[in-house]
Amino acid sequence: MATFKKKTKTKQDIPTSALPDIIFMLLFFFMISTTFRESELLVKNSLPQASELTKLEKKSLVSYIYIGEPQDSKKFGSEARIQVNDVLIDADQIVQHVITEKDKLGEDGDKITMSLKIDREAKMGVISDVRQKLRDANALKVNYAANKRLRFE
Amino acid sequence: MLKKKKKETPEINGGAMADIAFLLLIFFLVATTIASDKGVTVMLPPKAEDVDVKVKTRNVFNILVNSQDMMLAQEEQVDLPRLREMVKEFVLNNGKNKDMSESPQKAIISLKTDRGTTYEMYIGVIDELKYAYAEMRALYLKMPLEDYQALDKDNPAHKEKLQDAKKAIPYKVSDAEPSEIK
Repeated sequence: MATFKKKTKTKQDIPTSALPDIIFMLLFFFMISTTFRESELLVKNSLPQASELTKLEKKSLVSYIYIGEPQDSKKFGSEARIQVNDVLIDADQIVQHVITEKDKLGEDGDKITMSLKIDREAKMGVISDVRQKLRDANALKVNYAANKRLRFE
Repeated sequence: MLKKKKKETPEINGGAMADIAFLLLIFFLVATTIASDKGVTVMLPPKAEDVDVKVKTRNVFNILVNSQDMMLAQEEQVDLPRLREMVKEFVLNNGKNKDMSESPQKAIISLKTDRGTTYEMYIGVIDELKYAYAEMRALYLKMPLEDYQALDKDNPAHKEKLQDAKKAIPYKVSDAEPSEIK
């Protein structure tokens, strides 16, 4: 009996040409959602946790201040310092900083929100100094950045 | 006669494209930090020159935190959950107890920290106070806390409720100047 080798007409390989498209979609998503840190951190910055958080509404009206122990403690000492835009400053320079930030916003200058990213180990002394300066500069809306903590009760 | 070759559609091998895309994808996956833009929002009091506001002592709830992060509320050493209970009792007193507030509108929480108090403790206390007020406002609106927290201030119907609760139980916390003793 003659054996008939069955010829398969169907191709063996699965078309994978759509795979890059899917990957590209994911890629674009991440490319858009990525925000590179605008300033390099010179201070330690691990945020505390809190449960009653509010979201910052308008990102363009937010200005950040970092407070914490300097990472380079040989150069800057171990006392908590204040960082704005890549430089360490003293509390006295905060007023000047707020004025420049407000100028950048133009008409909306008075709606500025100061987001304070403060290391959990920092002491209240330097923080209250900053707070006083912010009052002097009339930047009254302050957001203490914190990470979400869940409550179990 | 020459046999005609079977026509083949030219194909470019696109398999490598996925690899390249994966490389890029992984780079962005690693580089992405979802920015934490949440926090505890407070309004600082405006700078004012010597405004003496007279407040009856019974309407003031005193919280003191020292540099060892020990907390004293109304001259009693407490921890955070106990503080919340005390604050709620104090604010919702409505004049019953002579030592507590006359009404929620008049109640003021005074928070005094030391220069040596850690920030973590301070945020802990502020968070606890906010939580106490959220609970009280939820109680005022007669809804569970989860429902209160789900209220959206962009929704007009919700906004009215929120403002109502805010008016009935205003959040009045004053940050006193930290003491100079280290």
